[in-house]
Amino acid sequence: MKYAVLSGKGGTGKTLVSVNLAAVAKNPIYVDCDVEEPNGHLFFKPRGIKNEAVTVKIPVVDEDLCLGCRKCVDFCKFNALASVIDKLIVFEEVCHACGGCMLLCPNNALTERDKVIGEITSGDSETVKVISGILNTGETSGIPIIKKLLAKIVNEKATVVIDCPPGSACIVMESIRDADYCILVAEPTVFGLHNLKMVYELVKLFNKPHGVVINKALKNNHLINDFCCENEITVLTEIPFDSELGQLNSNGEIAARKSAAYHDLFSTLLQTVVKEVEHETVAHS
Amino acid sequence: MKQLLILSGKGGTGKTTVASAFIKLAQAKAYADCDVDAPNLQLVLEQSGQPESNDFFGMPKAEINTMLCAKCDRCREHCRFDAVSVIDDVYSIDPFACEGCGVCEIVCPVRAITLKPLVSGELVLYKSETVVFSTAQLKMGSGTSGMLVTEVKKEMKAVDVGADLAIIDGSPGIGCPVIASISGVDMVLIVAEPSVSGISDMERIIKTAKIFHAKIAVCVNKYDTNLEKTRAIRDYCQQHEIPYIGEIPYDEKVVKTVNEGLTIVDVFCDAGSAVQEVFNRTMKEMNP
Repeated sequence: MKYAVLSGKGGTGKTLVSVNLAAVAKNPIYVDCDVEEPNGHLFFKPRGIKNEAVTVKIPVVDEDLCLGCRKCVDFCKFNALASVIDKLIVFEEVCHACGGCMLLCPNNALTERDKVIGEITSGDSETVKVISGILNTGETSGIPIIKKLLAKIVNEKATVVIDCPPGSACIVMESIRDADYCILVAEPTVFGLHNLKMVYELVKLFNKPHGVVINKALKNNHLINDFCCENEITVLTEIPFDSELGQLNSNGEIAARKSAAYHDLFSTLLQTVVKEVEHETVAHS
Repeated sequence: MKQLLILSGKGGTGKTTVASAFIKLAQAKAYADCDVDAPNLQLVLEQSGQPESNDFFGMPKAEINTMLCAKCDRCREHCRFDAVSVIDDVYSIDPFACEGCGVCEIVCPVRAITLKPLVSGELVLYKSETVVFSTAQLKMGSGTSGMLVTEVKKEMKAVDVGADLAIIDGSPGIGCPVIASISGVDMVLIVAEPSVSGISDMERIIKTAKIFHAKIAVCVNKYDTNLEKTRAIRDYCQQHEIPYIGEIPYDEKVVKTVNEGLTIVDVFCDAGSAVQEVFNRTMKEMNP
């Protein structure tokens, strides 16, 4: 089973929920797709780390062969190529590595080289297999890293928890594509509700079964509860606003491993989600 | 007009809370929300009048005319974004995966593929004679958020209200929209949170901002939730010669105030007084 944890925005507790869910599952895989700001490994502190570079193909010009015809420059939709005084220049930071320029060059003046944009690290933390994608600073898109991360778990039978990037842009869609269930983490604030509405639209668009976890729950969570009630969304659990949890979390500790109460809370959450998925499977078969 | 950009590496650190307070304190005439994925600034700043709204066209997307398609498979072979799929022998393009590069269009031998413009967001501009506020909302699942950020800033700058300072609420992360928001600003104020995640995110956004030669300052929000980590941030700034310009305490009144659609300087609270100090120092840092 693959569970994607979404939030519309960072800071809502996406990593808190993902890390703790993985910590209470049996031999799970935790995948951190928030490649711009991966944080899961800070909690798991995995051992036996293996690194794997992620590369994209960037064009290289052979100046002796370039005819200055500008076919590649005119083609490039991303303005990654420019011809200045008949000299071809590649702006690799905006190149999307589509390979079109190379296809079009009439004199084979363009070849490609691998450019490292980040890496995938994997390691173990107790029984959890921890896989993280990390985008190098200064790079614009982590999509190739997310694709490679998700390719690793495509045929995985184990419990997989996918910690998604924030927002609802293309990178988030990549992350939930193969998920069996989406857990939407929301904070009971005006901002939180606004952001929840956006990821809710996204999971509806993809027709993914989903439920909501209210994080930093206060006594009065009517903002989120009312929205869930109106839209018939299951509230899976409420994680209380609690300074002990905040303290554990800010020090990079996994609450479910440190506190029996939080171990129970996340185990119950996992059971609830498993039941939800079973229910969905029955309802749609 | 000088531009101050507020960033955090990640959402939820209080970027919008700080930005909205700064806008009130500076009585800013020009401001923008560049968090096009999840814009929140309009929720705490009251706007007068109806905004102008315009469709934003991002990258065009490829479309296959199935009547012309010869099923030669060249488009699928050449697409590096796995956007071409074949279901029951019919070729189609997944608009969410398509990056609009146009490779499929040039390799198609029968011209069955064309790039078509697609609305990928909405630009929203509030303007009066004295104030301009530019914001946007990216359409679900769209890419090209960097282009939309650039447009948001352009719309803000295009309205002349005689502002000498613009305050921009940035987007989370370190990728394309953040890089687009950094370009051309005079200073970046980073709002950090005292936690292991917060420090990791802060270090990454500082590295990113440095690549683009932006002037940086750091403040810590909810500093008293972890004094040890707050000290670590202060030390980091000292070591890297980055101005450390203040601390805002955790304050229960913040959530209550923001939920009422107000900024934290609209009410009397500890976080509000602290943010005033941070604001004063930011202005000094920006205009030495």
